[in-house]
Amino acid sequence: MWDYTETLKDHFFNPRNAGVIEDPDAVGEVGSLACGDALRLMFNVSNDGKISDVKFQTFGCGSAIASASALTEMIKDKTLEEAEKITNQDIAEFLGGLPEQKMHCSVMGREALEAAIENYRTGATKKHELEGNVVCTCFGVTDDEIKRVAQENNLKTVEQVTNYCKAGGGCGGCRGDIEEILQQLQRETVPPTENRIINPVKQKNRPMTNIEKIKLIQQTLDQQVRPALQADGGDIELIDVVENRVIVAMRGMCARCQVSEFTLADVVQAKLHEFVSDDLIVEELKT
Amino acid sequence: MKNVYLDNNATTRMADEVLAEMMPFLTDRYGNPSSMHTFGGENRHVVDRARQQVAELLGCHADEIIFTGCGTESDNTAIRGIAYLDKKKQHIITTRVEHPAVRTTCRQLQREGFRLTELPVDEKGRLNLDDLRQALTDDTALVSVMFANNETGVLFPLAQIAAVVKERGAILHTDAVQVVGKIPIDLSRLPVDLLSFSGHKLHGPKGVGVLYIRRGTSLLPLLLGGHQEFGKRGGTENVAGIVGVGKACELAREHLDEENKRVGKLRDRLEQGILKNCPDVKINGDVNNRLPNTTNIGFEYIEGEAILLMLDRLGIAASSGSACTSGSLEPSHVLRAMGIPFTSVHGAIRFSLSRYNTEQEIDYVIREIPALIKRLRELSMFTLKDASPQAPYERKPQITATAKTP
Repeated sequence: MWDYTETLKDHFFNPRNAGVIEDPDAVGEVGSLACGDALRLMFNVSNDGKISDVKFQTFGCGSAIASASALTEMIKDKTLEEAEKITNQDIAEFLGGLPEQKMHCSVMGREALEAAIENYRTGATKKHELEGNVVCTCFGVTDDEIKRVAQENNLKTVEQVTNYCKAGGGCGGCRGDIEEILQQLQRETVPPTENRIINPVKQKNRPMTNIEKIKLIQQTLDQQVRPALQADGGDIELIDVVENRVIVAMRGMCARCQVSEFTLADVVQAKLHEFVSDDLIVEELKT
Repeated sequence: MKNVYLDNNATTRMADEVLAEMMPFLTDRYGNPSSMHTFGGENRHVVDRARQQVAELLGCHADEIIFTGCGTESDNTAIRGIAYLDKKKQHIITTRVEHPAVRTTCRQLQREGFRLTELPVDEKGRLNLDDLRQALTDDTALVSVMFANNETGVLFPLAQIAAVVKERGAILHTDAVQVVGKIPIDLSRLPVDLLSFSGHKLHGPKGVGVLYIRRGTSLLPLLLGGHQEFGKRGGTENVAGIVGVGKACELAREHLDEENKRVGKLRDRLEQGILKNCPDVKINGDVNNRLPNTTNIGFEYIEGEAILLMLDRLGIAASSGSACTSGSLEPSHVLRAMGIPFTSVHGAIRFSLSRYNTEQEIDYVIREIPALIKRLRELSMFTLKDASPQAPYERKPQITATAKTP
């Protein structure tokens, strides 16, 4: 029994925009009968460049049907440029979340949308060529697709990759290759320059002002600490900075976490020492 | 909400009589059968009586029955208990359609160095006895073949299989979890060496398994410990559970005839009702040779989980061999082994009945199903013309873009 949200069940039992558009401006189709799920997305584009009419047909499980229904609601009345920005995460969020093993349904939605937009722009009538080299022969997933889905969803394990794009979920023969792709991605990941933390002390060779110090602490928490905590359903908030004492509050899962003192001491303080100043002491505000 | 329970191959409702029989042993009569005092020692007789009840259902001797913790434990005890016995015999034969309790255990032995043969089945889920004959060698320690398949209900010809296996002197184990209590078994005539089943599949309690071990068959115990169960399964007896499974066997004997006839008729009624009212539907498995309570129906061009969700909303409980219900991405290994075409493998639904089902319930299902199937097919883009009839289950995803140029 899957833990489906009420929103998802509603979209499954009462799918929006199910059906066919005769002679649509764009159509995108992914999956197949053999794969166990497939989606055909059709839409028309009005004179002002917005997606006016949208319909879908789905062969698949409850979450595949609900994901397709959600997608049609999300792209309606959007320009192609706006629609293009929709990620599989957005589809999952629209449904109030998907079970991890069903994330590939949201990826299928995003792929169908891309295929439809490409079809609208290029008018491609021939089979869309898969980009990259096929890694998973069971489900026909290429290395490019695996990389993309791993990057977009911050995937760390082979199992997660399987949940998100099915690769590795058949005979399992390619799991080693997927592991290699993940490791390669890990190596390639360098923080983008605009996000790099710049310590004014090292830049200007003078003591930080209080404002600079607080800003830098906030920046370090935002970029170095928060993403990891949020991945586990938690969060951190900067409450105050009193001389060298940094007072923070843990939120969400972190507030209840048994090992959160370990998190504070080891991760937050270490990061602040690294990026701000060696003498900072992190204290948790107990509520 | 209605509750029409048609998933009896997964588990069954415990009979009221079984619960009543168990209650004293969950409350006042908590003694340990191994104790010297009367309070505990009395329960020894209770366990032995249950052993007798089981033996009577199977047509064997009471001392050939041991109680375990579940069907899976019985399978593990049988398979490992034989495999580790004789170091000279390093070959095991099983089939491609076994329950995971057998399949996973055999594959683990393969990782440990045993040779493993998994016999194929045909499109109706039948074994070819010649395959078995050819697979048997002098160092075959064990043949483990299920009595009936849990997904399709297809029965394997155990008597013929036993004859072939015994000719080569190998040990024969059968996982009879789906069979005991549904059709008659007479072990005085059927020369299998080991047979497993589980209490909760025949209206008994969960948490009790049974393993039949033919007199003269030695095996290494899986659970080492005390002397319980003739030294073949250590651990204090689950007295209440054992009493329950004993009573369930006694009741099963009384109801065997009914199970065969009335339940079989209900199953056929359900099947015919669905076949008559829904187009593009196929029955999976050998319809002439299967359990009376099971049907596996492939609804083409739609997906099983979606069907189950719709059924669930109507209060109808069934199960599916579809990939999406299992958390795996592949449809059932049983249906794949049978080479069921991919047009229907994803939409395979198993209905499994019991003596508690009524004609009204079946008619309710027959009434509700056609609209539900039609609705899902309207959502789906596939129809008969999309499927190449000879294509077996195979995955090759396509990305196509076929609309007009804007």
